[in-house]
Amino acid sequence: MSESIVSLRNVGKRYTRGKQQSVHVLEGLTLEIPKGDFVALMGPSGSGKTTLLNLIGGLDKPTSGEITVAGERLDRLGGSALSHWRANHVGFVFQFYNLMPMLSAQRNVELPLLLTNLPAAKRRANALAALTLVGIADRAKHKPNELSGGQAQRVAIARALVADPTILVCDEPTGDLDRKSADEVLHLLQTLNRDYGKSIVMVTHDPKAAEFANRQLHMDKGALAEA
Amino acid sequence: MKYLPLVWATLWRKKTRTVFTLLSIVVAFLLFGLLETVDYAFSHPSGGNSGADRLITINKYSITLSLPFSDAQQIKNTKGVAAVTWLSWFGAYYQDPKNFVFALPIDSDSYFDVYNDDFVIAGDQMQAFRNTRTGVLASSALLKQFGWNVGDKVPLHSAIWTQKDGSLDWTFDIVGAFDPKDPAQASQQAQLFLFHYEMFDEGRNFGKGTVGWFEERVADPGESAALSNKIDALFANSPNETKTQPAKDFALAFIKQLGDIGFILHAILGAVFFTLLFLTGNTMMQSVRERIPELAVLKTLGFGNPTILGLVIGESLLLCGMGAVLGLGLSYAALPGIKKALQGVDLSPDGIAPGFAIAVLFALIVSVLPAVRAVRLNIIDALAAQH
Repeated sequence: MSESIVSLRNVGKRYTRGKQQSVHVLEGLTLEIPKGDFVALMGPSGSGKTTLLNLIGGLDKPTSGEITVAGERLDRLGGSALSHWRANHVGFVFQFYNLMPMLSAQRNVELPLLLTNLPAAKRRANALAALTLVGIADRAKHKPNELSGGQAQRVAIARALVADPTILVCDEPTGDLDRKSADEVLHLLQTLNRDYGKSIVMVTHDPKAAEFANRQLHMDKGALAEA
Repeated sequence: MKYLPLVWATLWRKKTRTVFTLLSIVVAFLLFGLLETVDYAFSHPSGGNSGADRLITINKYSITLSLPFSDAQQIKNTKGVAAVTWLSWFGAYYQDPKNFVFALPIDSDSYFDVYNDDFVIAGDQMQAFRNTRTGVLASSALLKQFGWNVGDKVPLHSAIWTQKDGSLDWTFDIVGAFDPKDPAQASQQAQLFLFHYEMFDEGRNFGKGTVGWFEERVADPGESAALSNKIDALFANSPNETKTQPAKDFALAFIKQLGDIGFILHAILGAVFFTLLFLTGNTMMQSVRERIPELAVLKTLGFGNPTILGLVIGESLLLCGMGAVLGLGLSYAALPGIKKALQGVDLSPDGIAPGFAIAVLFALIVSVLPAVRAVRLNIIDALAAQH
C-alpha cells in the first residue's frame, strides 16, 4: 500500500451561525489520499467539499477528529505553525486566480519565495522556470489585467508550484474559464501529476474536469462517497 | 528589503489616491519645516550681541518706557562693569515699510567699548564717522541690499521719532561700512545702521535726555547674575526702576512680547497633523479594506501575521517617509528665502531634524488600526467574500 499524503480520521467541522445555531458541515469523515494521486472532489453546493479542501490545505482546523497532511498533524498546529507549514507544503490554485493586480506575472510567482532565504536572482530564476513549466514565460512581464483567464490561471499554477510544494490544492480551478482554456489548465494539472508526481486535490462542479483526475470523490451533506 | 518591491507596488495600487495623500503629507511637513525653523530661530538666539559677557538694562516695567541718560554714570561706576553704552529703538524703514532697517543711535565712544570685538571697520571710515554729525556706519550687506554707497545721503523714516519740524524722515550720510568679525554674526548685523546718539537726541521732538536701554560689558561673565542684581539695586525705589539681564535672555523676552510664538506655531502644526492623522489613517484603512482578498491570499501562501503586520506598517512608513523627506527637503531649500524674509534672524536646519522622528511616529499611529485588521483577517471568510 502506497504512502498517504492526506489522512483524515473521523473529521468533523461545525460552524456556529448567529448566536445559537450550530451547522455541521462535515461529520465523521475518514479519507486516505495516497501520495502522487490526483483526486477530484465533487458534489452539490453546500456539500462540504470546499470545507474539506480548506482543512487539507491547512486554512482551517477541524472541530473534531485527526487530520494528517504531508506527515503533519494539522489539527494540533497553531496559527503560526500552520502558516509555516502551508508555505512549505501546499500550493493553492483558486477559481478566480487571486493574483496581485499590481504585480507582474513573474513577481506574482515570486511571492511564495519571499518566505524563503533565496537571493533575489535565484527567486527570479525560479519564478521564470515555473512560468516556463506552465508554458507562459513569454508573459512574465505582463500584469494580470493584461492576461486572458487561461493565462492568469497558468500564472496562478506557476505560483502554486514555484516553492515545490508537497501537495496542490485547487478550488474550482476551471470555474471561471471557457472550455478550451479549462482543458488546457486541466491538461497542465494532469501533466504535473503524471510527469512530476505532484499530489493534487481539486474541487470541481464540472464532470468533464473531474475526468482528468485519477479518482473522483463525491460529497453530499458532509459525507463522502467514492465514485 | 526583499519585501520592498511588494510594499512599493501595493502603495501605488491606487495611484491618484496615493498621490493626493502624499501631497497632503508633503504640505504638512513643508509647513512643519518652515514653522519649526522660525520657532527654532526665535528660541535659540545666536551669540554676538547676545554674548555671555553682555548685560542689558531696561525699564523694569517695559522696554517701551525710557530711562534717564544720567543712569549711565552710576552703572559705569559699578564694580565689575567694564563698559556701558546706551541705545534707543529708532523703528526705521527705507522708502517702504517692508524695507526694515535696524537703525540704532549709538554713542560712538562707549558703543565700541562694549562691542569692541564685533566689527571690522576701516580706520579712516571710523574716523569719518566720529567727525560727521549725520554720519552713519552701515553693514556692507545693507549697502548691497539697497544699492547704497559710502558717500550717499540716505533718508530713513522713523515710525516713532518726530523731529522738531514734525517730520518723521531723518537724513543721514553714509561714511563707512562694516563687516562682522565673526561670520556667524553676519545675519544679525545684516540690517544694522549705526548713527550718532547726539544727533538723535538733539533732533528729536520729545524724550530728550532719555535712553531706551543700557548695554554693559562685564569684566567677568561668571559674575553676570550678581552684577545684574547690583545694577538693579542702584535704582530700586527710584521713579525708574530697572531690570538687568543677560543679553540672551533679553532677546528671548523681547521676542516673547510678540506673543508665545512657539505655542502659536505648535498649535497650528498640531491642528495640521491632527487633520492629517485622520486623512492618512482613513486612506490606509480604505487601502487595507480594498485589499482584503489579496491579504487573504498572502496569508494562504504562508505569510505569517508578523509579516503581514510588517507589510502594512512598512507601507505606511514608506508613504509618510516619502512625504516627510519631500516636505522637509522643500522647507530646507526654502531656508534662504525665509532668512531674507525674517531679516536679521539666524536660521538653522536643526529645527527640521525632529520632523523625521515625527514622520516615523505618525506612520506607526496611522498604520495601527489597518495593521491590526489585516492581522485579524480570517482567510476563509475573506476568500469566500469575493465569490
